[in-house]
Amino acid sequence: MSVTENIPTRQIDRSQMKVSDEIAIEITGMNKWFGTFHVLRDINLTVQRGERIVVCGPSGSGKSTLIRCINRLEEHQKGTIMVDGTELSSDLKNIDKIRSEVGMCFQHFNLFPHLTILENCTLAPIWVRKTPKKEAEETAMKFLEKVKIPEQANKYPGQLSGGQQQRVAIARSLCMKPRIMLFDEPTSALDPEMIKEVLDTMIELAEEGMTMICVTHEMGFAQAVANRVIFMDQGQIVEQNEPKEFFNNPKSERTKLFLSQILGH
Amino acid sequence: MSDTDSEVISFFVREKMLEEQEPPLTERGAVKWLRENLFSSWLNGLLTIVSLYVIWYILSGIVPWLWSPTWSLGSLSECREVLTGLGETTHQACWGVIRDRWQQLLFGFYPSDAYWRPTLALVILLAGLAPVLFGSIPRWFLLFSAATPFVLFLLLWGGPIWTPLLVGVGLVLGVVAFRYLVGVNQIVAVLAAIIVPVLFWLFLVEPIAFELTYTAPIGLEFIPSKDFGGFMLSVVIGVAAIILSLPLGIMLALGRASDLFIVTKLSVIFIEIIRGVPLIVWLFTASLLLNYFLPPGTSFDLTLRVIIMVTLFSAAYIAEVVRGGLAAVPKGQYEGADSLGLSYWQSMQLIVLPQALKISIPGIVNTFIGLFKDTTLVVFIGLLDPLGLTSAIRASTDWNGIYWELYVFIGVLFFIACYGMGRYSLWLETKLQRENR
Repeated sequence: MSVTENIPTRQIDRSQMKVSDEIAIEITGMNKWFGTFHVLRDINLTVQRGERIVVCGPSGSGKSTLIRCINRLEEHQKGTIMVDGTELSSDLKNIDKIRSEVGMCFQHFNLFPHLTILENCTLAPIWVRKTPKKEAEETAMKFLEKVKIPEQANKYPGQLSGGQQQRVAIARSLCMKPRIMLFDEPTSALDPEMIKEVLDTMIELAEEGMTMICVTHEMGFAQAVANRVIFMDQGQIVEQNEPKEFFNNPKSERTKLFLSQILGH
Repeated sequence: MSDTDSEVISFFVREKMLEEQEPPLTERGAVKWLRENLFSSWLNGLLTIVSLYVIWYILSGIVPWLWSPTWSLGSLSECREVLTGLGETTHQACWGVIRDRWQQLLFGFYPSDAYWRPTLALVILLAGLAPVLFGSIPRWFLLFSAATPFVLFLLLWGGPIWTPLLVGVGLVLGVVAFRYLVGVNQIVAVLAAIIVPVLFWLFLVEPIAFELTYTAPIGLEFIPSKDFGGFMLSVVIGVAAIILSLPLGIMLALGRASDLFIVTKLSVIFIEIIRGVPLIVWLFTASLLLNYFLPPGTSFDLTLRVIIMVTLFSAAYIAEVVRGGLAAVPKGQYEGADSLGLSYWQSMQLIVLPQALKISIPGIVNTFIGLFKDTTLVVFIGLLDPLGLTSAIRASTDWNGIYWELYVFIGVLFFIACYGMGRYSLWLETKLQRENR
């Protein structure tokens, strides 16, 4: 893999990609254990609205766990996480509120196989947001057009390719009109030619000013879109910098080693 | 083309096109089928012949027994006389008993002028089940399905119309209470949905029903459960237990898979205790032991007690089958539902259970078929199910000594019901398979 791979061919429009002063996510002194294993250690991270953050690091470094903590798919044991000014605690009301504001895409898409593409997209707006069915369907079609698969609306997930499924998963999250999007290795389970179509969708999203946190190994995407790259190892944030500096001039030895391994060949 | 090539390749032009020909005799129709399926090798040929002989041997014993011109005869001794007169052995069925007593086998000691009531109840039951079993029927028909249990109760047991009507009103009150309070607090709404109808049933149904019966005595003649019998009794117990045990079993499975410590442990204890003791013990508990626990003087209908016991018993099995289905739903599905902000009940109802139940269909139907056949065990606590009635029929002088004909008839009835359930399960599986691919 090289830095140049999967860089979009077209010009990226950065006019909307503005980082505002408003704080979207604030994590302070967060620690998490799996049993006795200390998986996240003293994480401090502030995300402004409009930031595009790429989190990278070797496997087992805790990067997926970190973003899964942000919408409470994993529970943290110490420290605080504030999302849009709401603190994540064991209060179920807060958790449901945050989850409906934070969209998430998974490595294995996690579409609902017993529902059509359209039903996948309208389910949460109808049941969580109480949107009327017709309105929810119109919104869903709008987002399916945005990810360029409106013609698949009445098929089932099993009939679509991996790339198409991941784009549906993005559309499904967008239907909830989230203010923040989390991506957990969205392209890791895809064939090379499908990676590009998913990245293009993500770039479009970034161009519209969405706040995004992506766990990914697509360094081309990081260079083209991110305004900050975070490198994690052994449950800690080892280095963070803007992409150009991060790739060209890494400071820590661990980062240098990691970059040489993934970019070296 | 060079000269040397033309020496090697001799010149050829087809002058007449060939007609399509039939394959040789050994490659078509019956001959081909026989060769491929029955005589594909010497060993298979031999096995085919042996199997054919065994089948013939069995049928040659059964068919003459079944094919017996005794339909119109009125007693076992008449049968024997006729069969001996025909020069046949007595190893032949005497079908007169079915003609004479089929009503008893179907309805037990239910009053004969009221046979239309269970018959109509069966028709209504099938009509009420249709929208639940087959999705293609309009949804408003489900309201009819919801009213079905009360209509069936009224038809089978009779009595004033007001009691089942008021019990139904209690349920409606529960739904209304839930709808009204769900916006305020979910837990309060669920509690209200349980407490309101229970209070209504305990304290209001009886006096109101009494008043209404006094002013407007509409209803059917009351028929006590002790008159219920025959295949009808099996169907009443079986259907009631099937319908009640499915939701209970699902709740138990969810309880067992829950994160809440006490809920999990209670579900496990309930399931293991119920499942670990034979059904017959629970039936004896229902018929004998429960009386010790109830206040003296209260009479609690035996059929109702049996329905409750059979329901609990099969719910424990359903719970384990559904638990298997829940375990087979990938963790990603739970996370997908969570990440969209669906609540626990929403994600169970919309995402997890539809997939888990689809996987569990064969196991669930298997449990139901077993449960339906187990209803014949009630004969041991003195209820007159079809097997119990065979003894009653043998007790008459006309039919003293008749066994097989009755058992064959009952067996056919059960086979039709169970085979129907099995086919439905297959149909549902293929339908859901096709829909989701």
